[in-house]
Amino acid sequence: MRCVLGGSVAKSRLPLLRRISQIFFLVAFVALLVFTSLRPTSGGTGDIHMRAPVRLFFEWDPLVALANALSSHGLYRGLLWSLLILLPTLFLGRFFCGWICPMGTLQHFVGNMPSEAKRGKKRIESNRYKRWQTIKYVVLAAGLVAAFFGSMAIGWLDPFSLLVRSVGLAILPAFNYAVRAVLLPLEHSHVAAIKATGETLHSILQATVLDFRQTHFAQGLVLGALFIAILALSLRVTRIWCRSLCPLGALLGVVSRWSVLGLHKDLSKCTNCNRCLLHCQGGDDPIGSAPWHKSECLMCMNCVGACPEESLTFKFFRDAKAEREISTPDIGRRKALTGLAAGAAVVPLMRANTGLGKDRHDRLLRPPGALDEPDFLSRCIRCGECMKVCPNNSLQPTLEEAGLQGLWTPTLVPRIGYCEPSCVLCSEVCPTGAIWQITPKEKGWVVGVGQNKNPVRLGTAFYDRGRCLPWAEAIDCIVCEEWCPVSPKAIYVEEAQVVDSSGKVKTLKQPRVDPSRCVGCGACEYACPLQEHPAVYVTSIGESRSPSAQILLNRN
Amino acid sequence: MAEESDQKPKLAANQPAGLTRREAMLQLLRVGGMAAGATAAGVWLSEHSFRPVPAHAEQARRDHRVANEEQYPRITVVQGGEPKELVQTALENLGGMKRFVSKNDSVVVKPNIAWDRTPEQAACTNPDVVAEVVRQCWQAGAKRVIVTDCSCNEPRRCYHRSGIQAAALAAGAEVILPDTEKFREVEMGGVVLKNWPVFGPFLDADKVINLPIAKHHSLVGCTLGMKNWYGILGGERNRLHQQIHQSLADLASFMLPTVTLLDAYRILVRNGPTGGNLEDVELKKTMVAGTDPVAIDAYAAKAWWNLDPAQLPYLEMTQARGLGTVDYDKLPVKFSKLG
Repeated sequence: MRCVLGGSVAKSRLPLLRRISQIFFLVAFVALLVFTSLRPTSGGTGDIHMRAPVRLFFEWDPLVALANALSSHGLYRGLLWSLLILLPTLFLGRFFCGWICPMGTLQHFVGNMPSEAKRGKKRIESNRYKRWQTIKYVVLAAGLVAAFFGSMAIGWLDPFSLLVRSVGLAILPAFNYAVRAVLLPLEHSHVAAIKATGETLHSILQATVLDFRQTHFAQGLVLGALFIAILALSLRVTRIWCRSLCPLGALLGVVSRWSVLGLHKDLSKCTNCNRCLLHCQGGDDPIGSAPWHKSECLMCMNCVGACPEESLTFKFFRDAKAEREISTPDIGRRKALTGLAAGAAVVPLMRANTGLGKDRHDRLLRPPGALDEPDFLSRCIRCGECMKVCPNNSLQPTLEEAGLQGLWTPTLVPRIGYCEPSCVLCSEVCPTGAIWQITPKEKGWVVGVGQNKNPVRLGTAFYDRGRCLPWAEAIDCIVCEEWCPVSPKAIYVEEAQVVDSSGKVKTLKQPRVDPSRCVGCGACEYACPLQEHPAVYVTSIGESRSPSAQILLNRN
Repeated sequence: MAEESDQKPKLAANQPAGLTRREAMLQLLRVGGMAAGATAAGVWLSEHSFRPVPAHAEQARRDHRVANEEQYPRITVVQGGEPKELVQTALENLGGMKRFVSKNDSVVVKPNIAWDRTPEQAACTNPDVVAEVVRQCWQAGAKRVIVTDCSCNEPRRCYHRSGIQAAALAAGAEVILPDTEKFREVEMGGVVLKNWPVFGPFLDADKVINLPIAKHHSLVGCTLGMKNWYGILGGERNRLHQQIHQSLADLASFMLPTVTLLDAYRILVRNGPTGGNLEDVELKKTMVAGTDPVAIDAYAAKAWWNLDPAQLPYLEMTQARGLGTVDYDKLPVKFSKLG
């Protein structure tokens, strides 16, 4: 069998097809990410579900699937779909990186922009294979070993995770802000035509890309700057992230050693003109004078079209021994062992720190459905999808609340937003089951909270009687009681006689919490008029996911 | 020209390159112009440095009342029907929607869409009540019918799960979700309510119809018609509880509705105003409607919570301000029993 990709006919078509595929998947990804938000369809009063969240992309991610399998000894929900990428890679090589991955596509496009650092000879040199390209295999080995020992830290570097986190929590909110800043003066214009244009534009954008409300995320600036830095670096070295760090690319590179499709160099025709290096994406040396690095090739097909001698073709079932190629990652035993050792060391080191077993952060409120902390950390890939979808903007990326190992995992910040009673969207979008999928009924805050003996609890509310208006200042309030969503209410009031500053006796209602009813949603804290330091606040004690962090001997 | 270009290199060779007089003058003009411009701009800007002040607040009170007519009662109580029939009979008793909505009116219908609850939980106005009122507004010849409220819980969820969005859209209304950019600063002229942001559609309406629901409320005892005006406000509403009766009276004196239809098809008798359990709900199949908002609240408070006006200071306050009467039994109340 001799199938040949390349030659004169396919020469012009393959890169075009690739470009179409890249644009298609990039647009699909961004569209899914934008639509990973609360958009109720009209009709009915039923539960609101997420139709097509961006997690559909994660389900194709073999790295997330493998790490999830290693850490949880199972494969969550749709992750089996990742075989759709993994199995074809066995036959076709890293086509995913060159044709599908939106993170790769963005770097590809930025890398094509004119840049001083990549002019003429410099460009050719920058596209030659470099030893540092093996770093990603060390990262992969370390990440997988860490996953096996219970930390999903690899999520910091997974390309989908990186993209959803950066775009969802920084770029889109910034875009949203900028668009509104431009639309607002238009809409407030005194000229009727400008006003009408502004309003029409606004309603169109509102229905498509704009958020219902401007969102804000802790560390948004950091996340956005890291992302922009990665893109900016690819101006200097094409796809520097894919080549040097991407653990998913590394995994696919390892798998591609068995692929039956590969580059055939007709050395008799090659004149070493270096043209193939001008547009090479992977840095895999398609040129005749060097061995081809199979695991680095992204199957972008640029070299085939670039070769003036037609000496490069992609062929199925080549005689690998006759080709001049290096089919396995050029990593070496010492580096491989370094990666394994680093991965093995990282979890014990992190667990020797405080934060998980001892001295847990009192304000670390995990989303409803979240597993107990060790299980949570072994699954959460820090993609930020839960934070993107949260309609109240309540979920925020942690900095140190969950310890260093929990950087960028979600925490509920009631001052920004409380947990909406009937909402389970974060549990529906979580790709790895760190927030296990639950129904509003299982959450148990909507109908018959009293009847559901085991509602999901995020923590417990407490009063600061030194600040609470009815307790400290003889002023009526109990907004917290009004907002308490459970029935019977967890906040109950007691009439009390107090004396105000003029010596007058006043009857008012003072609030208290019944910890057996409180679900820790944070609505009281959100509604408290003492904005900057609320007189009622939720801490994580009593959270239903933890068997040990409880107050009451017997809750029911 | 040719001569000049021949001479110049020679000049440059023996002395530093100079400018012609003409070029020097032009350069001086340019620099001088920039200096003058910068000075002028600086002086102008320094005269325009003002300490930022909040946007000028609108002052008008919103009075959407229609004239009282002797042949129609100020308040009517309809019992024993489905929501749609309750609305129909109540409006019939009051003289029909045509009395309240004129041709080409822009009408804002204000149900309570405060909480993420379904109709059975009775924390928001019954969607069938909203739909029927919208339909009648269209029949009366309204140009625009808007259904809106500033929810407490997440608005998209409240609008969806209360069933009000679907019902109002089906009846042909425009459903407007609260949008932070559409609030305007208003000088309410109240005793405790001074400047507050009010949601734009309520300020631009020709007629405003109040569609509250009767519920239990810990601080006041019950939340009825006038408490529904909390939902026109933006800003830090959580401060209103500190002087709830005074702020209710201030709101009621600011926003005077065309007509009020208090939904008591289901009422929330415990754990209000959010409720949650069906045990907190009682089926009353009743509607209290009319043009006297004080009498409506006084009637409902007595009927279902056994609260006298003396226990609800806001009723006395609004009566004192001439917004209505707490002595509903002295009014010609029209009772209708259906089914």
